[in-house]
Amino acid sequence: MAARKPSFRSRYSVLSLIRNALSYHDGWAQAWRSPTPKEAYDVIIVGGGGHGLATAYYLAKNHGITNVAVLEKGWLGGGNTGRNTTVVRSNYLYPESARFYELSLQLYEGLSRDLNYNVMLSQRGLINLGFSRHEMDLFGRWSNALQLSGIDCEMLTPAEIKKLAPLIDISPSARFPLHGGFIQRRAGIARHDAVAWGYARAADAYGIDIIQECEVKAVRRDRGRVIGVETTKGYIGAKKVGVAVAGHTSVLTEMAGFRVPLDSCALQAFVSEPIKPVLDVLLMAGLVHVYLSQSDKGELVIGGGSDAYNSYAQRGSFSTIEHTVEALLSLFPAFSRLRLMRQWAGITDISPDRSPIIDKTPVENFFVNAGWGTGGFKAIPAGGWTFAHLIATDRPHPLIEPFGLDRFRTGALIDEGAAAGVAH
Amino acid sequence: MFEIKCPWCGARDESEFTYGGESHIARPDPAASSDEVWAEYLYYRTNTKGWFRERWRHTFGCGQWFNVLRHTATHEIKAVYKMTDRAPEIEP
Repeated sequence: MAARKPSFRSRYSVLSLIRNALSYHDGWAQAWRSPTPKEAYDVIIVGGGGHGLATAYYLAKNHGITNVAVLEKGWLGGGNTGRNTTVVRSNYLYPESARFYELSLQLYEGLSRDLNYNVMLSQRGLINLGFSRHEMDLFGRWSNALQLSGIDCEMLTPAEIKKLAPLIDISPSARFPLHGGFIQRRAGIARHDAVAWGYARAADAYGIDIIQECEVKAVRRDRGRVIGVETTKGYIGAKKVGVAVAGHTSVLTEMAGFRVPLDSCALQAFVSEPIKPVLDVLLMAGLVHVYLSQSDKGELVIGGGSDAYNSYAQRGSFSTIEHTVEALLSLFPAFSRLRLMRQWAGITDISPDRSPIIDKTPVENFFVNAGWGTGGFKAIPAGGWTFAHLIATDRPHPLIEPFGLDRFRTGALIDEGAAAGVAH
Repeated sequence: MFEIKCPWCGARDESEFTYGGESHIARPDPAASSDEVWAEYLYYRTNTKGWFRERWRHTFGCGQWFNVLRHTATHEIKAVYKMTDRAPEIEP
């Protein structure tokens, strides 16, 4: 692996902040160029979200491949990267997942320094809440599994949870009496836009072309091998194409002539009006389907289950909002006085076992990074890292070997569906 | 949010129904199927962006299963038809 350094037009530092403040911030260089596409590239990444941009960055950084274009149909991070609830964690039940997401969390821990871009990682801890003896039994097994995987995690009593989240209702008369929970203290949130922008700026500094408003309309093939893509900015040739388009994966693979085991569903999130600090941990309640945190701006960031039917409409169903708010108020009656300020939805690509798919495909030199479902944000660094490895070497990274398409034929699924609950 | 016109009960709110996924998937003979064919049947889906034939059940109503032809980007519904009916043609 060639460890090259990106050449930033201006490095961000306290010094550069002071220097630019003196010139009224007129002197900042553009974070990335907006080049017109070349005729051909060694690698084209379709999708300028977190996974696509991270893949481009690690292609350059880890593998020395810089003749790369990232094609984005809208704007950078305007899809699911900008529509999630920014949770970062590695508390997955199965060892295959735990290993993968732990790499991702560790990369997140060093990301601001690595990218020279503040991604505002805040490791404030995430508590999974349990509402029955049976759920507590499951949590016991889950946290033991995590500790065996070397991932930090502790069981908590209701009183300990109350200390960390004072507004939560733990009285015996609560709609769902709290039995306890477990916490991963290294889990947290990061600024989602900054993750996309940081990777974009660093990839650009390696000379990678990031091309926005460039939608792929067709995949051109020759004798079972991909040779380029037709886009709204014309035909662009490519030796290899990697697809990282989340909910639109099936649309892209249909262009390439094959199907994948995915369904696209809307996943909603919403924020309340901003209030003073009331919650400095993340909470997740799988039984009642709600999870929440408070952003630095003071808004409560709230999510729930995904909409139940296939959808490519980025808005979502009102009944899901109602269900999620009911769950929220059963835990925090005090929040009934808050108004919701914004609501949105992203289109998630849900695989049968709720685990990702990073693999080669029936079309030669055409790779897919998909199946993140409702939890792609936390996977961005490791997703990009391992997808870049696959594209560069034609072999799956050891961490993603279990996440190939072949598992659906052999039956070796990694069934995080039940294990992950509503966690995102 | 949209309304679905149940063939038995008439137009009702989407929240009364349960989703059953893509419709018209024929079950191959398990004994005569390769692992590839079986995986295709169990897991691989068309997942169309556009007009999509799918199954719904009026769970909080008559409890009947039926088919719907719905546009997955606009939620417009063009046809509601019974489980044993022939699949309607999809015009672009």
